[in-house]
Amino acid sequence: MPVRIQSEDFDAGREIAALRQGDARIGAIASFIGVVRDANDGDRVAELTLEHYPGMTEKSITEIVDQAKARWNVFEALVIHRVGQLKPLDQIVLVAVTGAHRGDAFAACEFIMDYLKTRAPFWKKESTPLGSRWVEARASDDIAAERWRLKG
Amino acid sequence: MVTVVYCARLRESLGKASEQLALPPELRDVTALRAWLRKRGGPWAEELADGKPVRAAVNQEVAHGDAVIKDGDEVAFFPPVTGG
Repeated sequence: MPVRIQSEDFDAGREIAALRQGDARIGAIASFIGVVRDANDGDRVAELTLEHYPGMTEKSITEIVDQAKARWNVFEALVIHRVGQLKPLDQIVLVAVTGAHRGDAFAACEFIMDYLKTRAPFWKKESTPLGSRWVEARASDDIAAERWRLKG
Repeated sequence: MVTVVYCARLRESLGKASEQLALPPELRDVTALRAWLRKRGGPWAEELADGKPVRAAVNQEVAHGDAVIKDGDEVAFFPPVTGG
């Protein structure tokens, strides 16, 4: 499955090995791993809870991956996103893209991540010494996604 | 009947994750549904107020205010997303 939503951790090395297994066309693999930080907006973060909208999540990420494949010369893409309770140092998300050359693999990987951040229905709630709070969307994420309109 | 889903902060403030609703026949789109739910007052009026950054989906596809709602549809309201 190229898109997986799961509470369990993932092993990026194993996932990438499976993604490229037996495919000698591949000359480049670009990957991104998002990790839980111990601070956000100036406060310590003890724990993060990730919620999503089952069904729409898989659908929206599949659409994002299809757009990336249509736009760049890449072969396959894998997206794993965790949900549930996470702590600082935990992995949250893996995006891996295979292609013949690095340029397209890098671009497609970054595009998928930028679009996922602004379009896939996930929400973070963090617990801090001040109590728990829903994380607010960032304008910088919208700008990061928006710049792909101008490129390519 | 229409299924209405509330996610994240909205689910908490409104006190429910989803509900089945029989909508008035003249209620045709997402904007009208949002205005109709607002009439419940309290947290509904507050969370779904005009100007609040509430996003919507119809049948699990991102939808704008003018998206038409039909019998059997699943409509969702949620805050701007914060995954990744």
